[in-house]
Amino acid sequence: MVGVKSVPSPAISADDRSHEVDHPSSEVARFGADQPLRLDCGIDLTPFQIAYKTYGELSADRSNAVLICHALTGDQHVANVHPVTGKSGWWDTLVGPGRPLDPAKYFIVCSNVIGGCMGSTGPASINPATGKVWGLDFPVITIPDMVRAQAMLIDRLGIDTLFAVVGGSMGGMQVLQWTAAYPKRVYSALAIACSTRHSAQNIAFHELGRQAVMADPDWHNGAYADRGIHPHRGLAVARMAAHITYLSDAALHRKFGRRMQDRELPTFSFDADFQVESYLRYQGSSFVERFDANSYLYLTRAMDYFDIAADHGGVLAKAFAGIQTRFCVVSFTSDWLFPTAESRALVHALNASSARVSFAEIETDRGHDAFLLDVPEFFDISRAFLQSAGKARGLTNKDG
Amino acid sequence: MSVQEVLPLEGLVSEPSGSFRADHLLVAEMVKPGSKVLDVGCGDGDLLQLLETRGIDGRGIELSREGVNRCVAKGLAVVQGDADTDLVNYPDDAFDYVILSQTLQATRQPKVVLENLLRIGRRAIVSFPNFGFWRMRLQLLVGGHMPRTENLPASWYDTANIHFCTIKDFVELCDAIGVKMERAEALDLYGRPLRLRLPWWVWNLFGEQGVFLLSRGQGK
Repeated sequence: MVGVKSVPSPAISADDRSHEVDHPSSEVARFGADQPLRLDCGIDLTPFQIAYKTYGELSADRSNAVLICHALTGDQHVANVHPVTGKSGWWDTLVGPGRPLDPAKYFIVCSNVIGGCMGSTGPASINPATGKVWGLDFPVITIPDMVRAQAMLIDRLGIDTLFAVVGGSMGGMQVLQWTAAYPKRVYSALAIACSTRHSAQNIAFHELGRQAVMADPDWHNGAYADRGIHPHRGLAVARMAAHITYLSDAALHRKFGRRMQDRELPTFSFDADFQVESYLRYQGSSFVERFDANSYLYLTRAMDYFDIAADHGGVLAKAFAGIQTRFCVVSFTSDWLFPTAESRALVHALNASSARVSFAEIETDRGHDAFLLDVPEFFDISRAFLQSAGKARGLTNKDG
Repeated sequence: MSVQEVLPLEGLVSEPSGSFRADHLLVAEMVKPGSKVLDVGCGDGDLLQLLETRGIDGRGIELSREGVNRCVAKGLAVVQGDADTDLVNYPDDAFDYVILSQTLQATRQPKVVLENLLRIGRRAIVSFPNFGFWRMRLQLLVGGHMPRTENLPASWYDTANIHFCTIKDFVELCDAIGVKMERAEALDLYGRPLRLRLPWWVWNLFGEQGVFLLSRGQGK
């Protein structure tokens, strides 16, 4: 990260982003008036579409399907070059040839969540009723809504039971929602750096981000698309604040310390003198090139509302009563956004339901982001969990 | 139930085989195939792996993060947890057997742990080092030191074992809390069962560790 330019070279245009919203370069499943998406807020969303990517081949008995659920700012491009940023897939450390999720062995599906901005219907999509961008007219969506939409996609793909559902952070929330809502359709679940409910501190950080977006004069109550503008500054600030929560004090210190950016002495100005400032500004400005501000509001809101126990009379264990799914829960020692205590509470509830669960806390100073980084112990555990589940499931495979 | 009634049972025929420890093989033979088992303090998961080879649905709890991660990396269903604090999270009758192998002496409240084992599991298998073993006695009597052995090499100031007991002590605890002893074995220094029908005091003197198959007593 050292040597990152304070001003990125924008190879990406806003046109690329908005094109992907309605005409994604990935596969798209369209659901017409006969198949509305029933949302938790009481509205039937119709028509709607889900953009998705698949890797590998579905076996003849349809037993090797794996669904990957992406995090807040992720998308379906899990293991291929991103059509907007040109960067490699966001989880190609876990997914790919020789990786724990090898397309030679599994049929891997990853879809953009409802409310997202990479091709699935969301606030940046065109509202067919008005011909204009939805903006704040788009209904507020929840994690269960995202999962309900994914289940419709999985139906469409002709898959009954998923061999595994895998995800970290907001993706992990979806994994848990899958097991609570469709326990018989999930053979194994790998839930990483997540929680069964969003904490007060996390809601607070999200509110900070949303207020930063809304304070940008270019936001226009969410109707910026009609004006051909985008609240870049507000969204960049939201991303900068959020990015700090994805790291850790130790990781920031190790990466940047108090080192200066391309200079020896302070400039006695509000320039990005420190490398850490330069890094954060880069994170903010590169993010706004690929992400829609309203979508950010909706997805953070969905995470805030998430509370599995609340949907089951306040008793988390009831959500998993009698479940046969094999669980693997992973947390990271330096993750203060989804600390180990949250995973432990989940594991206790799973134990109380007599579920088959593995739980590993991995030591790292890289914070919440560790699940996206090269952490060998995490890959070893993921691989072993999937192999063991594959053996129990009777999957024929090459390496386990 | 008196100690004499329980202890001098026929020894099991269990030769060390493969890479599995003799005491693990003995424990595994006490578990009926096809049952559901929780191994409390499962270490590196060797016993769980042995159980899985016999078609047993095994789960584990382990205190050390390194141990847990090694288990999970072997594909075992193991969670990080503490026998003293985390057993309360499991419902009654969740398992056919709950195993506490060489862990009882490291718990803060062995009696509460034992009661929890037999609440969660219909049966419990408990093994522990016998502090009545003659070499232990000799070290204290002659050497004047807290005993240390090959299997328990730590000094008194850095050992995790805080509640040592003898076979006799354990049997008395089982009687006191109304636990039924279905089977009892004393193992020698090499983990082999003492085969002969011997009086209990011989077991307490020559058994390096005790292995007990327990179930809920009357009125419990």
